[in-house]
Amino acid sequence: MADRHDEARPDESTHSEIKPGTRFTRRGFLKGAGAGAVTAAVAPAILVSEAGTAAAQETEGVMSATISLDVNGSTHNALVEARTTLADALRDRLEITGPKVVCDKGECGACTVELDGKLVFSCMTLAMDAQGRKIETVEGMADGDSLHPLQEAFVEKDALMCGFCTPGFLMSSKSLLDANDNPTPEEVREGLSGNICRCGTYPHVFEAVMSAAEKMRKGG
Amino acid sequence: MHAFDYATPESVADAVVMLSDHGKNACVLAGGTDLIVQLRENRRRTDLVVDVKKIAELNALSYDAATGLTIGAAVPCYRIYGDAEIAAAYPGLMDAARLVGGTGIQGRASLGGNLCNASPAGDTIPPMIVLSGEAEIAGPNGTRKVAVEDFCTAPGRTVLEDGEFLVSLHFPAPLANSGAFYRRFIPRNEMDIAVVGVGASVVLSGDRSSFVSARIAVGAVAPTPLFVREAGEALAGQPVSDETIRRAADLARDAARPISDMRGTAEYRKHLTSVLTRRVVEGAVQRAKE
Repeated sequence: MADRHDEARPDESTHSEIKPGTRFTRRGFLKGAGAGAVTAAVAPAILVSEAGTAAAQETEGVMSATISLDVNGSTHNALVEARTTLADALRDRLEITGPKVVCDKGECGACTVELDGKLVFSCMTLAMDAQGRKIETVEGMADGDSLHPLQEAFVEKDALMCGFCTPGFLMSSKSLLDANDNPTPEEVREGLSGNICRCGTYPHVFEAVMSAAEKMRKGG
Repeated sequence: MHAFDYATPESVADAVVMLSDHGKNACVLAGGTDLIVQLRENRRRTDLVVDVKKIAELNALSYDAATGLTIGAAVPCYRIYGDAEIAAAYPGLMDAARLVGGTGIQGRASLGGNLCNASPAGDTIPPMIVLSGEAEIAGPNGTRKVAVEDFCTAPGRTVLEDGEFLVSLHFPAPLANSGAFYRRFIPRNEMDIAVVGVGASVVLSGDRSSFVSARIAVGAVAPTPLFVREAGEALAGQPVSDETIRRAADLARDAARPISDMRGTAEYRKHLTSVLTRRVVEGAVQRAKE
């Protein structure tokens, strides 16, 4: 955990928009920024022209940039470093704290989100890699004050104890039911196998998912 | 995690230039399910992460009953088993693609990444070996092809030279009367690393009474996933029987050079190699008959 905190927020004056396929040189990047000439709108053009002419480039990557993330249907801009994971960007930059960082290495599932409709662990996805994709977090499940049937079922079946793993379980359950509205208990277990609950609430979680699936099939 | 730069080339040529410029100080990102963890735990350091997912060839997924299957190196597992035609043609590969991690891993993790990570226990590697997979590599000197069984050279090491990266994997079309199977042993039901994994592919005679040819590969019992050529060759021309299959299983066991670690002792792994090989060849035979 310690090294998650030593990621200094990059200096606001040395960033730019990053576009897929765009080449940057760190030298051009800093030079432009130092001259005060770089704005988000013109920076890529300057940098691309430098990248195109310089034979011996210092680097072709970008260390930090303001990126645009589509989370639960809203667009958010965030200044992130290349090493910032999607989980950290959501939590620390955008204060979307549903995805939890527990193991921070893709073993526990607490940070599970959907990326373009597919389940991913946000702790092992770079924030820059999530640009231009639709990100869904647990915050997007309820419709205003009206809970998603899965959320209702988790409450009803007492499917949590400390609750830290719950956002991840909800996302995995939602993804499972989106693909299969009538799963067997075995399919529920398999679909949730990437999520760990150290309180041991699994039987209640499985029961909640089966109950929500039934309710949703009946249109409720 | 230490700081690095991030680049998203859109062509194989651009990626080769970036990787060549940076040599050992660059690494390739596909799904990131191994790489991000290795970077965070300081098991790897890099100045530049080259995300290859914007390159068309790396996302290609195509199957033709005449020419076979091509899987771009960054195609995530879910796309592979989500394609009904491919899943039906290569069930042995699906055994492994559905096993890698949970659904959250399969949304990102690719067969190409599994191969390049070169873990001795990489679940998709033995089935790729027995299906005669071929890796297409791009680099400063153009492209070259390497058989999957020759790709991994040591734990975490591959034949890839500086500036080179994996573009795609190719598998020949399945022959008539052929079948393949992969199975691993783990103490849990899901989300674990193989104690032993075994892949087998067989081609049976027209009356399905004998083996025309067979390939067997084992995982987690040597520094790399291991192609046990002699075990498959021992089946060629032999009748399909418990005795011939047991002989192949013994050869696979003899080829295994496992270590003892927290997942099992070397002796246990040897025994498992034999048991799993027998069951996996039987599974492949069953599929060949279907």
